[in-house]
Amino acid sequence: MDFLRPETLAEALEIKAERPDAVPIAGGTDVMVELNYDHRRPAALLDLTRIPELQQWEDGLRVGAGVPYVRIIDELGAQLPGLAMASRTVGSPQIRNRGTVGGNLGAASPAGDTHPVLLASDAVIEVASVRGTRMIPAAEFYLGVKRNALEPDELIVAVHLTPAKGPQQFSKVGTRNAMVIAVCSFAISLFPQENRVGAAVGSAAPTPRRAPEAEEFLASALDFKNPKPLLDSVKREFGELVSRAASPIDDVRGSAAYRKHALAVMARRTLGWAWQELLAKKNGSEERPCA
Amino acid sequence: MTTSRRQFFGQAAAVSAGVALSAPAVEALAAEPAPAGLVDVVFEVNGERQKLRLDPRVTLLDALREQLGLVGTKKGCDRGQCGACTVHVDDRRVLSCLTLTATLQGKEVTTIEGIADGDDLHPVQRAFIDHDGFQCGFCTSGQIMSAVKVVEEREVRTDDQIREAMSGNICRCGAYPNILEAIKQAKAGDR
Repeated sequence: MDFLRPETLAEALEIKAERPDAVPIAGGTDVMVELNYDHRRPAALLDLTRIPELQQWEDGLRVGAGVPYVRIIDELGAQLPGLAMASRTVGSPQIRNRGTVGGNLGAASPAGDTHPVLLASDAVIEVASVRGTRMIPAAEFYLGVKRNALEPDELIVAVHLTPAKGPQQFSKVGTRNAMVIAVCSFAISLFPQENRVGAAVGSAAPTPRRAPEAEEFLASALDFKNPKPLLDSVKREFGELVSRAASPIDDVRGSAAYRKHALAVMARRTLGWAWQELLAKKNGSEERPCA
Repeated sequence: MTTSRRQFFGQAAAVSAGVALSAPAVEALAAEPAPAGLVDVVFEVNGERQKLRLDPRVTLLDALREQLGLVGTKKGCDRGQCGACTVHVDDRRVLSCLTLTATLQGKEVTTIEGIADGDDLHPVQRAFIDHDGFQCGFCTSGQIMSAVKVVEEREVRTDDQIREAMSGNICRCGAYPNILEAIKQAKAGDR
């Protein structure tokens, strides 16, 4: 097996063009499991850890694909609360010190923790090759189980996200708090100035996916200008529509019926927390809601 | 002369590490590029410079145990779920089973063998002994390497926060309550 160690992004893209079979490795928390257990025997590994361009984030926001979860939690929690919440649920502290959003996107597992947040927050994925750069909206990035929109010569360079314009929440069901692959997960983003809602489910379909009918229903049911306490009927209908957007399977982690039920519960609860935050802000209170 | 279990395994590892060349051999070869299929990597382990020529698939865990004879770091699951192989790379705790040695060029690695000051145990090691923070001991080096970082994290204060911060280290004997007490003692001493 060849081990390729580029020091710049340009060099990495040239290598990837020549060796499209090279498997990119950053934090290694996904790829290494496959290597250690011989589930995968790549002809070459492309080490992305020495490329400074990938390890930085810039205001705006452009988050380098190689920024580990621990830095998203520590440095971007105020600007990207949803992504920070999802990052806190990834693996364990040791995994969060190494794992990256770029890796989550590269693996494109339907259960990846950051995907619902990226979808609900209108993230755009920046991918590059020697042929140029492409900006792919998250909603067009996930193509199938562990399949994404990357061409063989492309690398994921960064994720573009707007700093949160309103409350964001993320919720995940698992057998314990740490070290679990999601049974199912859900993210919500409110955009009060635009009268808009983002909502997406994880681990409940072949790909992470948005719940457009739930988004539209909620946008029309909520009064962002004069927010009032939520009606239970609105929460219930929202939960129902989120659940309907999923097409889960029965597997070792949970049954399809359980996933559908849990998604409706998570949708209701996260909406309640997000709306409470919005109300509190309107009333001049800085206190954040808790579970 | 009797040979301790540890010395025996150390010697056995040195003999069995087929792809690893001994340190002087690498020194002699340093001017030449690594042969096809092997990579050279220079990094620090417990303050000592190490030069290894190895198969790029070798994890940090295997390099430590089989090539450097540092068998304090344990292989529990080899898939990032148990935390027994926790070490520090550039001052952050990571899982050595999920870290490729070849990616560590220029990095600083600290293992359980590197935290005591000679015969003076690290305060976290001392606290684990004081509170019986182990039974069989297999997870202990990983627990301690994790705990050293948790003690440094000032925002981690309550019992629940400590448990959460230690959630990446599993103990099948169930020594968790004693591990928690050990960390609290080390934190109290750290203030």
